[in-house]
Amino acid sequence: MKDWRYWLAEQRGTLLAFGIFIVMFTIYTSNHPAGFTANVVQTASNKGVLLAFVAMAQTLVVITAGIDLSVGMIFLLTNCLASWLVIGTGIETAFGVVAVLGTGLLCGAINGAIVIYGRLQPIVTTIATGAVYFGIALLLRPFPGGSVNEDLADALTGRLFGVVPASLVALLAVVLVVWVPFSRSVLGRAAYAAGSSEMAAYMSGVPIRRGKFAAYALAGLLAAIGGLFLTFFTYTGEAAYASGNAYTLFSIAAVVLGGVSLFGGKGSAIGAIFGALAFRTIGDLLFVFDFDPLWQPLFQGVILLIAVSLGAFALFRVRNRLEWFL
Amino acid sequence: MSETTIAGIAGRMPKFIRRADPAVLTAFACIVLLLFIGSLYSRSFLSPEYLLQQLKVASFLGVIATGMMLVILLGQIDLSVPWSVATGAMMACAAAAYGPLGVALAIPFGIFCGIAIGIVNGIGVAYLRIPSMIITLATNAVAQGLMVVYTGGFSPQDSATRAMRYLATGIAIPGVPNAVVIWALIGAAMVFVLTRTGFGRTVYGIGNRERAAYLSGIDTRRVVLIAFAVSGGLSAFGGVLLAGYASKAAQSMGDAYLLPSIAAVVLGGTSILGGRGSYLGTVAGVILITLLQSILSVMQMPEAGRQIIYGVVIVAMLLLYGRAPASR
Repeated sequence: MKDWRYWLAEQRGTLLAFGIFIVMFTIYTSNHPAGFTANVVQTASNKGVLLAFVAMAQTLVVITAGIDLSVGMIFLLTNCLASWLVIGTGIETAFGVVAVLGTGLLCGAINGAIVIYGRLQPIVTTIATGAVYFGIALLLRPFPGGSVNEDLADALTGRLFGVVPASLVALLAVVLVVWVPFSRSVLGRAAYAAGSSEMAAYMSGVPIRRGKFAAYALAGLLAAIGGLFLTFFTYTGEAAYASGNAYTLFSIAAVVLGGVSLFGGKGSAIGAIFGALAFRTIGDLLFVFDFDPLWQPLFQGVILLIAVSLGAFALFRVRNRLEWFL
Repeated sequence: MSETTIAGIAGRMPKFIRRADPAVLTAFACIVLLLFIGSLYSRSFLSPEYLLQQLKVASFLGVIATGMMLVILLGQIDLSVPWSVATGAMMACAAAAYGPLGVALAIPFGIFCGIAIGIVNGIGVAYLRIPSMIITLATNAVAQGLMVVYTGGFSPQDSATRAMRYLATGIAIPGVPNAVVIWALIGAAMVFVLTRTGFGRTVYGIGNRERAAYLSGIDTRRVVLIAFAVSGGLSAFGGVLLAGYASKAAQSMGDAYLLPSIAAVVLGGTSILGGRGSYLGTVAGVILITLLQSILSVMQMPEAGRQIIYGVVIVAMLLLYGRAPASR
């Protein structure tokens, strides 16, 4: 096989997600009353980027064959924290941003430490730590409120040169600074190897513990970046349980749409980003076609159900029935 | 601590303690500890009326956790509990609005809706081989969507039938609330199924190694499907009871039952990886969780503090005895 065919096989999920997104977005903009304008793109990207960050966070953990059901709560917690800290003069704001990101990193590291060194199951652990993070968020913001440095917020949610949405540029920057170095580093390869076959990776001397720990910690960081952007968009902090749960759920949907295998070891955060953008666009399609907003949760649920069922097609390729039972 | 000292200590204990699972013993020890802490806060904490009231509240969680335990024994998980509970409650209340026949069929209809959700889960897990935590999250979202469309996003106006209220709040046997009797019956049935029937042995077998169970000639997929259907039905029945207790259904009434039901099963010593665990442990876990909630509300802890303590306690107890073996 030629090199490009290997590349194609590796990137198939990502390319599929990209294709779905392009199709959905074309339908969306062509039916939007305002058409394909900078404003429409900016609004869409601002909404999509939030889920994209959380989906990236989920990807990192899913790659290690784990799952993080606390991403939505880390997202809420950092949102509430940012509504206190990211304010004031330039230096104060900068410290606030660092503190918020550090908190996210810490939350992720706690998850990782419990799962890896405490040897507990990721599902139960992250449900429990999610409850803790939500509790802290509620302590910080019993009622919605707070404020944010509006200059910074407007700069990051506006448009560069009047055309390019700044939030998309920020997303790209995060991909380049966090995802690309991680996926190419030893730790990143270890995370993939641990997800693919933990036993084989362990026997080969791959630093699976460090790799998994880095994945969990960076997931917390990415969720915190998402929470920071939520604050920039809304100017407030709010500990809404339903919203945190929804983001966790949608992040899983985005990851699946983005071609990341839930069994671990396969997929990329780029795919998850397109999965997230596609998922958001599907939700927005309802508004363009004037559906009752009441139908939106059902519609999103059905999309999620179909997306996760698509994985079942792999069963047709199974020759030995014992491969059903992984 | 080495194995020999544990065995040495255990060897000197009476037989029934020696045979018991250390996790179950720890859970019961924690219950005693919680009762002690509670009695420091309030004199009435140890009164029979209060304890009976706690048992009644625990029975709703107990019914839901029973279904969850069956699924966890298979090595799977059911995250569709929140909206299975709400769907059961709402559909039972909704049926009550359709004349006398609807009133008569309210409870079976609510349970039936839960079983339907469970069957979708079961087909996804057993036949389509989708990871259970994913497919159950998805069906949870679909059930939520259906209920939002049905109710228009508000709590439904229909109220619970008299039969539902009687089951949840009535007292048929003097001194024992009906809800506790129901939990006892369901628990007894579960113990019987798990320990005395082929189905129960199969559940443990699949939890240990599905491949081996399949090679032994068991239709493992059918067993998984049935287990998920039972879990959905019991969640919905829990919802029906809750609706009877509050006399109506509410939008997010099930949200408060997902973490507690998993926690109760896991704290009771059932391995989250499947194949190991006893119903006695689940009973201990349910009572433990209910007492913890009760103490936190007696201490007038705000919601935020409750969530934090709750999560910390669960992680701490799991670290005590729920750890997976080291990969060496």
